[in-house]
Amino acid sequence: MRSKFLYKYLKLHKRYSSQIAKKWQSVVGLEVHAQLNTESKLFSGAQNTFGGLVNNCVSLFDAAIPGTLPVLNRKCVELGVLAALAFSCRVNEVSTFDRKHYFYADLPAGYQITQQRAPLANDGVINFQVYTPGVHKKPYNKSSMIKQIQLEQDSGKSLHDIELKQSLVDLNRAGAPLIEIVFEPDLEDGEEAAALVKELVLIVQRLGVCSGRMEEGALRVDANVSIRREGDPLSTRTEIKNIGSVRGVASAVRYEIDRQQSVLENGGNIINETRMWDAAAKVTVPMRDKEVVQDYRYMPEPNLPPLRVNLTTREDTQDIISVPLISDRIPELPAVSRAKLIENHDLRPEIAIQLVNEPALFDFFNNLMNKKRNPTKVANLLLNDLLTVLNRRKIDVNNCTISVEQLDELTDMVLQKKINLDICRSVLEEIIGNRKSPFAIVDEKGWSLVTDSKEITEQCKRVFDDNPKLVKQYRDGKVKVLRALLGILSKTSDNKLDMSVASKIMEELLRK
Amino acid sequence: MSFRSSALVRRRIYLHRIFYNCFRYYCKVPITPVATLESDNIPKPNIDINTVALLERLSLVRFDTEQGVKVLEDSIEFANKILHINTDNVQPLYTVLENQSLSLHIDAVTQGNCQKDILKNAVITEDDYFVAPPGNIPLHEIEEKESDIQRNENRN
Repeated sequence: MRSKFLYKYLKLHKRYSSQIAKKWQSVVGLEVHAQLNTESKLFSGAQNTFGGLVNNCVSLFDAAIPGTLPVLNRKCVELGVLAALAFSCRVNEVSTFDRKHYFYADLPAGYQITQQRAPLANDGVINFQVYTPGVHKKPYNKSSMIKQIQLEQDSGKSLHDIELKQSLVDLNRAGAPLIEIVFEPDLEDGEEAAALVKELVLIVQRLGVCSGRMEEGALRVDANVSIRREGDPLSTRTEIKNIGSVRGVASAVRYEIDRQQSVLENGGNIINETRMWDAAAKVTVPMRDKEVVQDYRYMPEPNLPPLRVNLTTREDTQDIISVPLISDRIPELPAVSRAKLIENHDLRPEIAIQLVNEPALFDFFNNLMNKKRNPTKVANLLLNDLLTVLNRRKIDVNNCTISVEQLDELTDMVLQKKINLDICRSVLEEIIGNRKSPFAIVDEKGWSLVTDSKEITEQCKRVFDDNPKLVKQYRDGKVKVLRALLGILSKTSDNKLDMSVASKIMEELLRK
Repeated sequence: MSFRSSALVRRRIYLHRIFYNCFRYYCKVPITPVATLESDNIPKPNIDINTVALLERLSLVRFDTEQGVKVLEDSIEFANKILHINTDNVQPLYTVLENQSLSLHIDAVTQGNCQKDILKNAVITEDDYFVAPPGNIPLHEIEEKESDIQRNENRN
């Protein structure tokens, strides 16, 4: 009797422990809304702009006044197709529009016009590299399949006044053109999701499809997150809405994975719900809707005949856009830029990634490399020194006012060893926000490096006289103290000696 | 004169016969209602209280009286009549314009800049915003306390 009991216990225990041994696996899929760079809205002639007088960039159609009808904006189709081609999607010859119904104060019509049954494009892919300095030692390749790309309307904007219990609605954004890019759940963690979004931003910026300014809401990310034991089928997911920055994507997804894991390990259940990322508190919080799964009552949009594009020829008319003509317009994409950097300039992959990630730095690099220079040194100058100085001043690289000419002079001085890197940073501090010539600054401040061997020899001798103990130690065979002596030399000379020359001279002197 | 009119009358009778026969024998539209759409296989709809509550919330229409539910059930029964019709391989027609291509507008600002008109129908505005009841905002902003509990749960 007792042994039977024990056997049962052991069996239970075994099952329990085998379940624990299986690792958690997180599954992440993204949906990205990107606002299209157009003058006017998706279905009306009202201005498509960020900011602007409240409720002024609104046509009667955008306000859902009865009797108004939608007319599709040609530029939106062009930009949508351009993005679809850049992501190697299959552009559909015929696509259709649908109404997605839900009640919300900033959606005047009570429905959003979108493309559900037959979207603009299907089956694409985005390839990107995951590399966060400090998290990953080396970059690795990752890709995520794109299920579809669709055109759709944006909603208006609501400001919530909690105290007065009311929402204030601005319809300027209502009807603004979006593409929604739906990705398959191919990602595993927050860093991968953030890397995908970063690459996506770079691509849409290169294409001129979207400004990519996440802080303005021009590109918004929804993340679907679920976790499962390795090998199990997909389980219930939660959706984190409207994440507004690349780092926010990483943090929100990481937080949500940890939250789900702790809920499940404490015996709880994950419910299918919409959550919001609170960037200040660094938590995801549940939203009020979706207590039950919403029924959007999708129906075909009866006011819009099918959208047709010409997939085969370069014949282009007002209503039928030629897709081959648009494919001619695809610029060099970030992946190609990186490959070129690595191939033509022999840069390390992580340096190439960091350069391409900041379009301003990438432009500087290309301009500086018009002269024959050491590419790695130029890249390091930009990524280490320029970025450090800008970060210290809290200036965004893309708003950097330093001109190519200024950087050109500065780079020459560094590479020709007229100044060292410490002085280079000081010069950078001096030229931010003005047009001063780095030559002139170095001259004026007497910052140029001493390369004259006579003067260096003299200074070395002075150091020896002041530190007889160290010199003795060296001559007794403790070669390591050379470093200490060099340190003293650079200090006493105010960093103004060319240390590579100085160390040679010092070594020679010591051996005598 | 009389000859002419009698000829007209005869002609009219003749035409009438043709049309009558036409409707009677050849036209696809039945002259009297037929019950062939009814099917016994489809059960009578029965709506439970939870569904009524959900529909009320989604539609913002109140109908949880006995008569209200009956109207809903009758509507569903009426719509269900078409369920047994075979539509295999029939593409649904959603617009009579589906053989046409969508016409596109040039990307230029031609509308808007009419804030006064847009706000004209609003009963209440504030600083040129429309004013609406509070919408889908994070739960913790509605019930601060509940959220604190939630956050503590999240931390644990």
